[in-house]
Amino acid sequence: MDSNKAKNLEQILESSIKDPKDLTRYLYYRKKLKEEGLSDFISILPLGAAINWARANSVWPLTFGIACCAIEMMAVGASKFDLDRFGSGVFRATPRQTDLMIVAGTVTYKLAPRIKKLYEQMPSPKYVIAMGACASSGGPYTQLGYQVIKGVDKIIPVDVYIPGCPPRPEALIDAVLLLQDKISKTIPQQEAI
Amino acid sequence: MNYELISSKLNEKFSTNQNQLNTSTAGDPYFLINKEQLLPICQYLKENEELWFNFLKLITAVDQGDKFSSVYHLYSYKYEFGITLKVDLEKTNPVVDSLCGLYKAANWLERECYDLMGIIYKGHPDLRRILLPLDWQGYPLRKDYVAPTEYNGIDNT
Repeated sequence: MDSNKAKNLEQILESSIKDPKDLTRYLYYRKKLKEEGLSDFISILPLGAAINWARANSVWPLTFGIACCAIEMMAVGASKFDLDRFGSGVFRATPRQTDLMIVAGTVTYKLAPRIKKLYEQMPSPKYVIAMGACASSGGPYTQLGYQVIKGVDKIIPVDVYIPGCPPRPEALIDAVLLLQDKISKTIPQQEAI
Repeated sequence: MNYELISSKLNEKFSTNQNQLNTSTAGDPYFLINKEQLLPICQYLKENEELWFNFLKLITAVDQGDKFSSVYHLYSYKYEFGITLKVDLEKTNPVVDSLCGLYKAANWLERECYDLMGIIYKGHPDLRRILLPLDWQGYPLRKDYVAPTEYNGIDNT
């Protein structure tokens, strides 16, 4: 990595640091490096920020399409919209390897225990995007859908909601970017560091 | 093949006034079948060589308010002709003979009607719910059905 890029990265990470202790440590070591004349060759950053950076840019979703929104999700994964640009194109077939569950469709009572089980099988940290009107609130089934749960947040916590029926692929990309923003602003748990 | 031929054949064979061709209502003409004669009539329609209704397209059910209707759509591949049979059932005890012995396709179709409308198909080998969870209460497509506000601890208000 050339020094300009390293500096840019440092600035970005510096602006996203929330933990004051991390920041103090970071500034101290950077000062030391500058004194030694090494700052052009060695780039350091707080571990928490590094973890966040890695996590935010490799959010692997679960292969989980339950209704018509899944068609849009597939379009996002394919070449025209290419979710892989943001590190989220690796749709895994098992919840054990995923960080993100995109609930792309209508959630029924019969499906609810399965969704909950899949969510519990995902390793922490885990995130959920409720894609479309059905997953957010029940959508067109709110009044007369006897079998539909009015929003997936009745059973699992949701990080980002996307409106639309179904949402445009751009909306899902926007949601992933919002989620990346959210991840990079969190303070990683002590056990993760 | 036409409806008059089927109608005359049915009247000739079963000789009652109850199996009538009904063309007055909007939509396709249909035969209103006596409940007890459903099985022999279907067998006749399937096995008669001039009719040959060898394919069961669909079984569905209708809540008419004061009665239920079980509706059968049969199709003859040989003569490329489809007909509709209807059976009226009373609201309190909607029981009708199963067509599983004649048409294999009837199995899941009848289970669906049982699941959503609560019609009992007598003689069905495996009459249980097919779409809804097995512990579901009530039959959702009935007019007097009230959707639950809670199911297995999931609040749905």
